[in-house]
Amino acid sequence: MARYLRRTIAQIAFVIIGIAIINFFLLRLAPGDAAQVMAGEAGSATPEYMAALRKQFGLDQPLYVQFFSYLKNVLTLNLGYSFRQGMPVSDLILQRLPATLLLMGTSIAFAVSIGGMLGLLAARQAGKLADTLISALALLFYATPVFWIGVMLVVVFSVLLDWLPVGGMASVEAGLTGLAYAADVGRHLILPATTLGLFYLAIYTRLMRASMLEVYGQDFVRTARAKGVRPRRIAVRHVLRNALLPIVTTLGVQLGSILGGAILVETVFAWPGLGRLAFEALFQRDLNLLLGILFCSSVVVVLVNLAVDLAYTALDPRIELS
Amino acid sequence: MSDPVLAVERLNISFHTRRGVLRAVRDLSFHVERGETLAIVGESGCGKSITALSLLGLVPEPGRVEGDAVRLEGRNLLALPEAKLRRLRGARIAMIFQEPMTALNPVLTVGEQIMEAILEHEKVSRAAARDRALALLERVRIPDAKRRFSDYPHRLSGGMRQRVVIAMALALSPAVLVADEPTTALDVTIQAQILELIDELKRENGTAVVLITHDLGVVAEHSDRVLVMYAGRKVEARATADLFARPLHPYTRGLIAARPQPGGGRARLAEIPGTVPSLFAMPAGCAFAPRCAVAEPACGVAVPPLMPAEDGAVACIRAGEIHVPEPAREALRA
Ligand SMILES: Nc1ncnc2c1ncn2[C@@H]1O[C@H](COP(=O)(O)OP(=O)(O)OP(=O)(O)O)[C@@H](O)[C@H]1O
Ligand SMILES: [Mg+2]
Repeated sequence: MARYLRRTIAQIAFVIIGIAIINFFLLRLAPGDAAQVMAGEAGSATPEYMAALRKQFGLDQPLYVQFFSYLKNVLTLNLGYSFRQGMPVSDLILQRLPATLLLMGTSIAFAVSIGGMLGLLAARQAGKLADTLISALALLFYATPVFWIGVMLVVVFSVLLDWLPVGGMASVEAGLTGLAYAADVGRHLILPATTLGLFYLAIYTRLMRASMLEVYGQDFVRTARAKGVRPRRIAVRHVLRNALLPIVTTLGVQLGSILGGAILVETVFAWPGLGRLAFEALFQRDLNLLLGILFCSSVVVVLVNLAVDLAYTALDPRIELS
Repeated sequence: MSDPVLAVERLNISFHTRRGVLRAVRDLSFHVERGETLAIVGESGCGKSITALSLLGLVPEPGRVEGDAVRLEGRNLLALPEAKLRRLRGARIAMIFQEPMTALNPVLTVGEQIMEAILEHEKVSRAAARDRALALLERVRIPDAKRRFSDYPHRLSGGMRQRVVIAMALALSPAVLVADEPTTALDVTIQAQILELIDELKRENGTAVVLITHDLGVVAEHSDRVLVMYAGRKVEARATADLFARPLHPYTRGLIAARPQPGGGRARLAEIPGTVPSLFAMPAGCAFAPRCAVAEPACGVAVPPLMPAEDGAVACIRAGEIHVPEPAREALRA
């Protein structure tokens, strides 16, 4: 266990430093430097002013000195300053991160639980009507573009039926607190979480079905049958527990792309999360903010992957933390 | 003679595949008495495993089982609905498989898996089931059973896992134990221990054993009677001692002749020249005729019927000429 932790921490450090390096060189690759940007914003780009700024930001130092001071900043969570938003990047990110985590968490929970259930049902009814319907539906969701689903959901449930809000995360004017606030956020969450989740729901439905069918063919299932175990118990206790393993693995692999999907969905639904922040930063050429978000998302993905690893070990006794 | 615990009457198993109908078992009849071990031998693919599975109603898709009856303690399993059949599985008829490495669920402890067999069939408390499962582990002589109880299968050796599977199969003292090559995947020394264990438990409980094997050495030492199968059919059925002393069917003789002498290692039944005909397209006559040294034109005309012979039966039209049998005393009940 201690060895596992040491290795994991080393891995995380490696990833974080790697991303910091990429970020640093991306910054250098962008035309101009912070001094030019600042000067451009201030509207006065006299050579003296620029030189002063460069000295102030340490841009006159050799590259490796700059790199180590950047690394030091990153490790102390000092991600720089967003001149566009007039706030430190880390403050901006911390403000927006919870909304993104809420959206991602809900979408994943929705996709894995409902998808898993549909997949299980399809596998138990393999070849029958229920299976055909579920598989066709999964294929449909899989093939439909996410943004189109988002727009259609808004058109139907917000515009035509007026059941759910069009966008945002809370009703601003209401000034709700406590449970009422949570319920309000919940209502706002339904459409974006469904939009982001449907694609993954399709994936997990198909994956669970295939995984269950594969486990059904294994020897220990035959042993359980020979013991006279009830079919329902076989499905849940013997097959499902083993079929979950590839699901968890896939989940770990897909986290990055789910975060990517969140950016799109946040933009469509005006969801005040990291994704929308990144979108704004991109359009405003707010490089510091963009790199801060990139860095932060990578850290989130690494940490959630760690959680997935731990979940996997809990599910599969053959894997030991070492 | 009392009624046999297990009687199979004209069993037919076929697989309806895209390539056509594969007839894996044809008109197979046999029976097993209480406390008796019947060995089933034959080359790979002759239908041993599928016959074993059919005894528990576990023939996989697209297999189809037909026949007059599979009678377990008088009940015809072929006529039972699945729910009733399930209640007999593990309780009155149990099975041990060839691959101990994959026969246990990797994510459940061995103790839980044995307890499950008990809890599925009897209304007992979990604590009582736990005690019984532990006692079973001790009975199949798993060292340090208390600790092993909460181990996962991957921590046990193949031999230990097979003992767990046996403990599970015997949890409810079944009337019939079907063992499909229970030791093929194990080391020779472990093999002997496992077979001893099965013999011992059989003597204790009076369980009837159907022992499927490739190994004629195992047959000689651990069975009372032998059923020889070839391409899905029974070709000879005799008391074990008689079979080895005077094999009647040319195929059986081939098997015994090809058997390595003691000390020569395991016998694999692959030394008879030629191959088994495809089960999709069987020849009109005797399926063994193309490989048979004493075949004559008549062998290719019709499938030879099973004839009573020396307290058993043989399906070969030339068996009588080659080996003059004592007058058949009593036609074996198939
Ligand atoms: N699921 C299946 N689908 C199609 N054919 C099958 C299936 N299972 C078995 N068979 C066929 O049935 C025949 C008998 O198979 P079985 O497994 O009973 O042989 P066996 O005598 O146990 O051989 P082995 O000694 O190799 O274990 C084989 O020809 C096999 O191809
Ligand atoms: Mg077999």
